[in-house]
Amino acid sequence: MAKKMHDTPNLDKLESGPWPSFVTGLKELAKDKDYVVDLLGQLETSYQTKKGYWKGGTVGVFGYGGGVIPRFTELKDEKGQPKFKDAAEFHTLRVMPPPGMHYDTDTLRKFCDLWEKHGSGLIAFHGQSGDIMFQGATTENVQKAFDEINEMGFDLGGAGPAVRTSMSCVGAARCEQSCYDEAKTHRAVLNTFLDDIHRPSLPYKFKFKFSGCPNDCMNSVQRSDMAVIGTWRDNIRTDEALAKKWFAKHGMDELVNDVVARCPTKTFQVKELKKIKGGEHISTVAVSDTHGVEIDNRDCVRCMHCINVMTGALAPGKDKGATVLVGGKSHLKIGGLLGTVIIPFMKLDTDEEMDKLVDFAQRTIDFFAENALEHERTGEMIERIGLATFLEAMEIDADPAMVNSPRMNPYVRTDGWDDEVAKINAHKSKKQQAA
Amino acid sequence: MNAPVQMRKPKETGVPDNKKYLHPLMAKNYGNWKYHDRPRPGVLHHVAHSGDEIWSVRAGTQRQMDVYTIRKLCDIADKFAEGRVRFTIRSNIEYMVSDEKKVAPLIAELEKNGFPVGGTGNSVTMIAHTQGWLHCDIPGTDASGVVKALMDELYDEFRREEMPNRVHLSTSCCEINCGGQADLAIIVQHTKPPVINHDLVANVCERPAVVARCPVAAIRPAMVNGKPSLEIDESKCMCCGACYPPCPPMQINDPENSKLAIWVGGKNSNARGKPTFMKMVASGLPNNAPRWPEVAEVVKKILHVYKEDARPWERLADWIDRIGWPRFFEKTGLPFTKYLIDDWRGSRANLNSSTHIRF
Repeated sequence: MAKKMHDTPNLDKLESGPWPSFVTGLKELAKDKDYVVDLLGQLETSYQTKKGYWKGGTVGVFGYGGGVIPRFTELKDEKGQPKFKDAAEFHTLRVMPPPGMHYDTDTLRKFCDLWEKHGSGLIAFHGQSGDIMFQGATTENVQKAFDEINEMGFDLGGAGPAVRTSMSCVGAARCEQSCYDEAKTHRAVLNTFLDDIHRPSLPYKFKFKFSGCPNDCMNSVQRSDMAVIGTWRDNIRTDEALAKKWFAKHGMDELVNDVVARCPTKTFQVKELKKIKGGEHISTVAVSDTHGVEIDNRDCVRCMHCINVMTGALAPGKDKGATVLVGGKSHLKIGGLLGTVIIPFMKLDTDEEMDKLVDFAQRTIDFFAENALEHERTGEMIERIGLATFLEAMEIDADPAMVNSPRMNPYVRTDGWDDEVAKINAHKSKKQQAA
Repeated sequence: MNAPVQMRKPKETGVPDNKKYLHPLMAKNYGNWKYHDRPRPGVLHHVAHSGDEIWSVRAGTQRQMDVYTIRKLCDIADKFAEGRVRFTIRSNIEYMVSDEKKVAPLIAELEKNGFPVGGTGNSVTMIAHTQGWLHCDIPGTDASGVVKALMDELYDEFRREEMPNRVHLSTSCCEINCGGQADLAIIVQHTKPPVINHDLVANVCERPAVVARCPVAAIRPAMVNGKPSLEIDESKCMCCGACYPPCPPMQINDPENSKLAIWVGGKNSNARGKPTFMKMVASGLPNNAPRWPEVAEVVKKILHVYKEDARPWERLADWIDRIGWPRFFEKTGLPFTKYLIDDWRGSRANLNSSTHIRF
C-alpha cells in the first residue's frame, strides 16, 4: 500500500470517456508506489498552473554517454525542497526496439517486471524516435534497470547530438508492398553506428528511418536525416483474377475517378481490351471482358496510389531496391525540410549491396561530423553549402532525379562547364566498357 | 580500504533481431506476401503467395501504459495470438491470428477490456504525440491528456472507416514539433517573447550557443544589473522558444499567452502528389486543460467538413488542392488572418502568382 493520494481534480476529468486513460493507469500504479503518488501530484500541479516542472541534468549508465533522459523536479517549496519528494527524480531510459516493433509476450512481461521493480511501472510504446521509453526511475535505479534490460538483449537508444534510434515499418514481415528487407537493412546500418549512438559527439542529432515502399509509413522523408524508401525499377506487376475481382466490386466509376483521375502522371489508362497495346515497358491487365488497364511504366513515378487502391491486382515490380534521401528535419532552426534524393535507386538484395548503403551512411556521417556547425542538421548543412558541394564530397554524380527542376536563375559561375561535361562523358564510356 | 566497485560493462548489442518475435506465419512468409484487404474496420487480412492467410487486429492504446495494462494486453495475446504482438508508429497494438474464427472473439475481448478496435484504412487513427508535462523539460502543454481528451471525441471515427482517406493526427507541446507532420496537427504557439531571469543566465546558459540558436538573430549578450546575461530584440523575436531548451532562464511558456495552433495538410506518403508539409490554419486557441474543448471544436469542425466534402482517396492536402484555400476557410468558418501569410525563407513560393482563383 502506498501513501495517500493527492487530490487530482483536473486529472480525474481525464478518466471519463471511452478512450483508454493513462490517468487511470497511473492511479493503478499509485496504489503501490509512493513514487507515482507524487508523480500524479506534480502532474496535477502542471494542469493547474499550466507549467512544466522538469529540468534536465546528467544521469547515465556506466560505459555510455547517452540514452537516458534525466529529469529532476523544479517544483520546490519555500525552503527549496521538492514539493513531491518521492518523484523528485523521474528519468527515462530510451531502449531500441526490434525492427517493425514486434514482440513476444514473454519479453513484454519481463519488461513489466523489471520496471515495476526498478521504475515507475510506466512504459511508452513508443517514443517519437521509436524508442521503448521506460519512463520514471530514480538516479540510483537507472543502472539496475539498464543492466536487466541489457541482459535481455536490448540496448539503449540515442539522445542528444548522436545517431538516434531508428524505426522501420512492418515491411517484409507482413506487407506485400515491401521493396527491400527493412529489418535487415535497419540493423545493418544502425549497428554500424553504435559508438555514435551511445557516445554523443556529433554536431547534432542524426536520424535514419526505413520505409519499405513510397507510402513511407515511417514518415522518413519528413523526419530523418537519411530516409531509405523502398521502390522498384521495372514494370508494375498485375494479377488478372484479382483485377477482375476488384472491378466486379468497385465498377467503372471508381476505376476512372479514384484511380485513372488520380494518377499523378496520367500514365494509368483504361481502354477497351482491343485497343490495349503491350510492350517492353507496358503493364496491362483485363478488369472485365471488355476493358482493361494499360500503364506505361516509363512515365510512372512509383507513387503507389493505384497499387494502394487495387492492391493485389497491381503490385510493385520485381527489380526492387530503395531511394535514399538526405536532409529531412522538423522546424528548428531554419524551418522544416524534406529529404532530398541523393541516391535515386540502389539494390539492397545482397550483403555487398547493403554494405554500399552502410558505406554511404558512414561517409555522410563523417562529412556531417566534420562540416556541420554546432546544432546544425544535415539538411541545414546541405542548404548552407549547396547540394553540389555535398555530392562532390560523397563522390556522387549530379542526376536530374535529384531536382524538381534545373536552376531558375543565372547566378552561378560556370567556367568549369566543359570539364564537367568531359567528366560525365568519361564516366559514361567507362560504364559502357564495363557493360 | 574497500575493493573498488566493479561496474557492469554494457553489452553493446544494438538493435535486436526481430525474427524471434515474429508471428510464425509472418516468419514463414517473410517477403512473400501477395495482397491484403480489410474485412472490417480495425482488421487487416493479408494473403501470402503460399496461400497462407493472416488476420491482424489493431487496437488503440493510451501509449503511456502502466504495467497492468501491458500485462492485460499480453494475456489477450497469449489467449488469441500465439503470444505475439506488434506496435504501429502511432502506438496502436496489433494482434496477428492465423485463424479467421479467432478474429471476432479477439475483438470482443479487446473491447471488453477497453481497447477500441480500429485505426485502419480511411479512419481517424491514434494521435502521434509527445511527453508534455509528464516528462518533458520544455513543454507548453500536456501530451497524453490532450490526446486522451481528443480521442474521446474522435472515438467513433477511430472505430469506423468513414473518412475519405486515412487521417493522421499529431500533437506537439512546443514549436519544435516532436509530434511530427500530420493531416492535422495541434501545436503550441507562443505569442510573447521569453521572460528572462537575469540572475540565472550567467550560471546556467552557454551564452554564445543561445545566441547562435535564435533563427532571427534577436538575442545578444548584455550586462544586466551588473551581471552577464542576454537580451532580446523584441521587435525581431517571433516567439518560437528555440532559446528556451539551451537556456531555461529564458522562460517561453506562459499560462495565458502560450496558445495552440492547428495545422493541416501534411502528408508523408508519395501517393498521388509528392510529400507535403502541413500549413497553419488557426491559432490563438487557449491552452485549456484538462480537456481543451476549444481545440476539440476546431479539430472536429475541420474533420467534419473534410468528411462531408472530400472525394474518396483525397487526403486532407489533396482535398484542399482541389477546393482551394479560400473555400477551405469559407467551409470551415476559420478566419484567414495576416498571420497565415508566410514570410519565412522560401515564402514567395507559397504566394499565388497566377490568376488561378476559384469564385
